[in-house]
Amino acid sequence: MSAVEEVVTEAPAVEAVPKRAMTLGLGTSLVVLGALVLAPLFVKNFIIFQMTMLLIYGLAVLALNILTGGSGQFSLGQSAFYAVGAYTSAILMEHAGMNYALTLPIAGLICFAFGFAFGQPALRLSGIYLALATFALAVAMPQLLKLHFVEHWTGGVQGLVVTKPDAPFGLPMGQDMWLYYFTLVITIGIYIASVNLLRSRSGRAFMAIRDNEIAASAMGVDVALYKTLAFGVSAGITGVAGGLGAIAVQFVAPDSYTITLAISLFLGMVVGGVGWLPGSIVGAAFIIFVPNIAESISKGLSGAVFGVLLFIVIFLVPHGARQIAIVAQQVLSKFKK
Amino acid sequence: MELFTNQVLAGIATGAIYACMALAVVMIYQAIDHLNFAQGEMAMFSTFISWQLMQWGIAYWWAFLLTLVISFVGGIVIERLLFKPLAKAPVLTNVAGFIALFAVVNSVAGLIWDFTIKQYPTPFGSSPFLGSQLISTHQAGMIGVTLLLLVALYVFFQFTRIGLAMRAAASLPESARLVGINTSWMIALGWGMASAIGAIAGILIAPVVFLEPNMMGGVLIYGFAAAVLGGLTSPLGAVLGGFLVGIFENLAGTYIPGVGNELKLPIALALIITVLVVKPAGLLGRPIVKRV
Repeated sequence: MSAVEEVVTEAPAVEAVPKRAMTLGLGTSLVVLGALVLAPLFVKNFIIFQMTMLLIYGLAVLALNILTGGSGQFSLGQSAFYAVGAYTSAILMEHAGMNYALTLPIAGLICFAFGFAFGQPALRLSGIYLALATFALAVAMPQLLKLHFVEHWTGGVQGLVVTKPDAPFGLPMGQDMWLYYFTLVITIGIYIASVNLLRSRSGRAFMAIRDNEIAASAMGVDVALYKTLAFGVSAGITGVAGGLGAIAVQFVAPDSYTITLAISLFLGMVVGGVGWLPGSIVGAAFIIFVPNIAESISKGLSGAVFGVLLFIVIFLVPHGARQIAIVAQQVLSKFKK
Repeated sequence: MELFTNQVLAGIATGAIYACMALAVVMIYQAIDHLNFAQGEMAMFSTFISWQLMQWGIAYWWAFLLTLVISFVGGIVIERLLFKPLAKAPVLTNVAGFIALFAVVNSVAGLIWDFTIKQYPTPFGSSPFLGSQLISTHQAGMIGVTLLLLVALYVFFQFTRIGLAMRAAASLPESARLVGINTSWMIALGWGMASAIGAIAGILIAPVVFLEPNMMGGVLIYGFAAAVLGGLTSPLGAVLGGFLVGIFENLAGTYIPGVGNELKLPIALALIITVLVVKPAGLLGRPIVKRV
C-alpha cells in the first residue's frame, strides 16, 4: 500500500486574541456591573426571570469561550455538560434534600470530572473532528437521560420538578429577585476567576496551544494536560450554569437539553466574539431574545428570520460584539482628543 | 444463523440511506474542507421540489432530472452568494453560517409545503425483492443507484480533466491556482455536485422515511457517522461506512441485550467517537500530517 499522506500547514482554527483584549477596562466593567445590579429594581418579575436566564446562558457561553477562545478547541456538545449539571443539582435537591446553594459546587465538580474524562479521547482530535465528536455527545445525551435503569433518579421522560428557593435571612425580596442576585454574585465570581485564569500561567499555556500546538509542546507546555484541563474547566463552569438553570426554570427534562441548546450556546459565542469574555453576555442576549424577535416578526417564518439575522451578523461583524466594542472605543478616544 | 443473515440484509437496506447521505457529506468536505451541517436540509428541499414537480404532472424521471439540475444550480448560487464571501472568515463563522442556512431552509420548506407528512412515490415498486421479506425492490434499487453513483463519481474524478482540476484545487489550492485552475469555481462546482447528490439521496430516502421538513434530522447524523467511519476523504469509504453503520446498528439492536430502539442512536454516536479515537482518518481516508 502506498502511503499517500496529506501534508497541510494548518492555520490556527481560532484567530489569536491578545489576552489584554479579552476583557473590559475597569471603568466600563463598573458601569456594566452597576446596570446589572440596579436594573431588577425597576422591572417586572418576568423580566427579572429573563435577566436571570441571560446571566446563566452568559455563564455557559463564557465557559465555551474559555475552551474555544482560550485553548482553541471546538465544542458543539456543551448542552451535555449543561444537562449533567442541571440533573446533578435537581437530583441532589429533590432526592437528597440538599440545600440548593450547596448543590452547585458539586454539579461543577462532577462536570469538571466528566469534561476532563471526555477530554482524554478528544485529545487526539482537532478542528472539525472534535466538533463532530462533541456533537455526537450532545445528540446522545437526552437519550441517555431517558434510559430505563436511571429512570428512578432522573424521572425518565417526565423529568424532575425543582422547588424554587426563598430569599434567606428574611430579606424583603421575591423569589425571582433573590435568585437573580444569587446568580449575579456567582456569575461575577466566575467571571473574575476566568479572567484571572486566562492571565495566569495556565492561561498562557492554553493560548500557546491555541496558536500553535507543536510550538507550544516544543516550549515545554504539557499539551495533553492543558487541553483536557481546558475541557474540564469549561465543563465545570457549564455545569454550574446548568445547576442554576435547573433552579431558575424549576424543572429538568431530557428534552430541554437537546442539540439545539448546544448550537445556541455555540452561536452565542460567535455572536459575542470568540475569545472576548464580556461578549458572552451579548451572545447570551442574542440567543435568548432574537428567537423571540423573529417570532414577533413572522410566526410561520421564525426560523428563517433567525437564520437571516444570523447571516447579517456574520456578514457585517464577523468578529461579533468584540468588533463593535473596538470600533466604539476608537470613536470614543477620537472624541477625547 | 437465519436471524443473522436477515439482520445483515436489513442492515444493508437501511445502510443504503446512510451511504447516500455520507456520499454527499464527503463530496462537500472534499470541495470546501468543512462539514456542511445544512446538507440534510438542502437535500430535503430538493426532494420537495421534485415532489412539487410531480404534483404538477411531470413524469417521475423528468422530475428527477429537473430536480438534479435545479439542485446543482441552487448549490452553486448558495456558494456564490453566501459562502464565497465567508471563505476567508474563521472556521467558526463558517459553521455559524451553516447553522443559519439550516434554520432558513427548514423554516421556508415548512412555510411552503407545511409540516404534514407526505407519501413519496418510488419507481422501483415496493414488493419483496427476490422473495425476501426484509429487503424490498425499492431498497434494492436504492443500493443499485448508490453504487452506480459511486462508479460515476470515480470515473469523473479519475478520468476527466475537470475532475482532476477539482482534486487539485481541493488538495493544494495554491499550486492549482498557479497552473491555471480557477479554484474559486471548483469550489462552487463542488457545492453544486454535493447539492445534486444530496437531492438523489433525498429522493431515494423519501419513500422510506416519508416526506416532511424534518425528515433528514436523524439521517444526517448517521450520514456523518458513516462518513467518519469510512474516512472523510474517500467517497468509496463513505459508501462502505454507510452500509457498515446500517449493519452494525441492526446487529447491535438484535444481539446486545438492553439495546432497544432507544439506544440505537447513542450507539451510532459511540461508533463515531470510537472511530475518531482509534483511527481518526477512517477506514479508507488519508491520514493528515501537520506541519509547523
